Amino acid sequence: MTEIIIEAGKAERQYWKDLWRYRELFYFLAWRDILVRYKQTVIGIAWAVIRPLLTMLVLTFVFGKLAGMDSGDIPYPLVVFCGMLPWNFFATAFSESGNSLVSNAGMISKVYFPRLVVPVSSVITSFVDFLISAVLMAFIMIYYKFMPGGNVLFLPLFVVLAFATAFGSGLWISALMVRYRDFRYIVPFVVQFGLYLSPVAFKSSVVPDEWRLLYSLNPMVGVIDGFRWSILGEQNIYWPGLAISVVGVFFLIVSGIWYFRKTEKTFADVI
Amino acid sequence: MSDPIILVENLSKCYKIGRQATQGDGLRHVLERAVRAPFAWMRPGQPEKHGKTEDFWAVRDVSMEIKQGEMMGVIGRNGAGKSTLLKLLSRITEPTSGKIRLRGRVASLLEVGTGFHPELTGRENIFLNGAILGMSRVEIKRKFDEITAFAEIDKFLDTPVKRYSSGMYVRLAFAVAAHLEPEILIVDEVLAVGDAEFQKKCLGKMEDVSSKEGRTVILVSHQMTAIQNLCTRCILMDRGQLMMEGKTDDVVNAYMYKGAELAMSGLSDRSDRSGEGQVRITSIDLRDPSGSIIAEAIAGCDVVVSLAFSVKPGVVLNDCIVCVEVAKDLKTYFALSSALADTKKLQLSNDGRIDFMIRSWPLSGGTYHVNIYVESDLVTQDFLNDASVIEVIDGDFYGSGKLVHTGWQGTSVLVKHSWDLVQS
Repeated sequence: MTEIIIEAGKAERQYWKDLWRYRELFYFLAWRDILVRYKQTVIGIAWAVIRPLLTMLVLTFVFGKLAGMDSGDIPYPLVVFCGMLPWNFFATAFSESGNSLVSNAGMISKVYFPRLVVPVSSVITSFVDFLISAVLMAFIMIYYKFMPGGNVLFLPLFVVLAFATAFGSGLWISALMVRYRDFRYIVPFVVQFGLYLSPVAFKSSVVPDEWRLLYSLNPMVGVIDGFRWSILGEQNIYWPGLAISVVGVFFLIVSGIWYFRKTEKTFADVI
Repeated sequence: MSDPIILVENLSKCYKIGRQATQGDGLRHVLERAVRAPFAWMRPGQPEKHGKTEDFWAVRDVSMEIKQGEMMGVIGRNGAGKSTLLKLLSRITEPTSGKIRLRGRVASLLEVGTGFHPELTGRENIFLNGAILGMSRVEIKRKFDEITAFAEIDKFLDTPVKRYSSGMYVRLAFAVAAHLEPEILIVDEVLAVGDAEFQKKCLGKMEDVSSKEGRTVILVSHQMTAIQNLCTRCILMDRGQLMMEGKTDDVVNAYMYKGAELAMSGLSDRSDRSGEGQVRITSIDLRDPSGSIIAEAIAGCDVVVSLAFSVKPGVVLNDCIVCVEVAKDLKTYFALSSALADTKKLQLSNDGRIDFMIRSWPLSGGTYHVNIYVESDLVTQDFLNDASVIEVIDGDFYGSGKLVHTGWQGTSVLVKHSWDLVQS
């Protein structure tokens, strides 16, 4: 029989065991969010296709045509979509996990389960959208008759990096949101600005060399560059930047788990 | 078997109340503090000086033992710390000090239908709710038929629960929780909702869970009959402390008696009253329609407010009016008046009682004050503010199986109503 000892201020030894026991809850919460998202909509899941497609068209028009940015021999829409793929994943994961704890307040104040499940399943939900967009990307590549090179084998690594970025920042933002609702206003701001501060609609090679290292402090720079490198294959990876991104993401996750665990026990009291 | 399945030692939970929620803890203050003393967080030994916060001990120094297979009742007034105790036991919130040792899986049912999503169908919600309560998918599948049979909703399995009647909703929610298989089940006041027949079914199920399946159940309820029928042992909480522990009948009796005693205490000795004083109200208590004293009024139930009076020997007072005002925070919620409720003349002499019968108690949960006023022949005889308090418990006032909305407790007069949607 399992024995649980609850004591003030002591980390529970069985936390990670509990998380494992509740592993199906990750699935169920993500499943719920996906089911609910397109209920009572007319075209349902088609929204997951239409939204990125329209954004791609607008960004291509503004950056490719109006600003006249150069994309070499690769069609500009592909460059844009390649950046949007990880960016949209991050942006939805970030805002959804930010709200996740607060919108599940009822559950948190009435039932025990490892609270970590909530923001993480928001990230998983967004990941499903990401997969749908990835399929769309494949179709667009077929349309432009574009064949990715051998680099594409490394794509899963960058998907993991994207997931890790979303996970780490999701932990922070969701825990902060419980106590400081100010972040409700900060999140849309970050998402909106991030779209322009990250190399979504343009290539990071347009950033002057002396600024590249600083620019790479934004972990999404490494992720997006990695996606372009492995799918489109034409640009060389900027290694110092990628290294900074990886280290940054690692730090984000470790500190995110630390902060989340630290504040988790008071969620029910302050939410 | 003799080893306790739940062992609680000196458990306390303290909440900071006061200005903390609005000030001192907001982002602005945190940033401000960070700017003023950037390294303060590195010195955990020195607690920061908050503005005016006050400690409120919701649970204080509670120790108890519960054995396996026992069904333990928890009773007490509003705000006695019952719910906080359950939250601590079910690990929803962390204790401030003390220790809890639990041997086994805990499932808590503090609210019916936690995590239900209105857009999802009954079937989907069974899986979702089951997972939230800690069941595995295999377990839910295995019990699925049993759950739907218990809830009697087979026909509506694929209907979104937002279209369910409130009764169906409650039935489904309880059914899922009732089929959990934890070693310890914690239940808070969920029996206050649902129709009588379903309540009976739930009580039966809980009895099975404890006696046939050997599980431990902790039950909080304001329904003393439910507690008396189900629980062998009981604890009484008051202002966060464990006042009494023992056989259910003893504890329930003590609680009822204490409630009655509290209402009576010192009313004759009160000096802050005014009026001629030829008649004095000597005690105020609440009774159920059968006449037995109750500790609390439950919203929606019939309640008798009973005033005992004593008239000076040999005096007969004609044309009397007796009024009772039920108020909170200087606001009167309703008043009872012998002159308004009836046209017959009231004559008082010797000692006696006036019973005001209130059909379907119309206030939401909370603590209310009672002011009393007696006059005869237009002369004030007895007038006393805050003569007594009435504890009110939320109940199924609307007959819909639901309690009042969160936030309405203690702030609202309840009025029976219905509604129609008229669309052009």
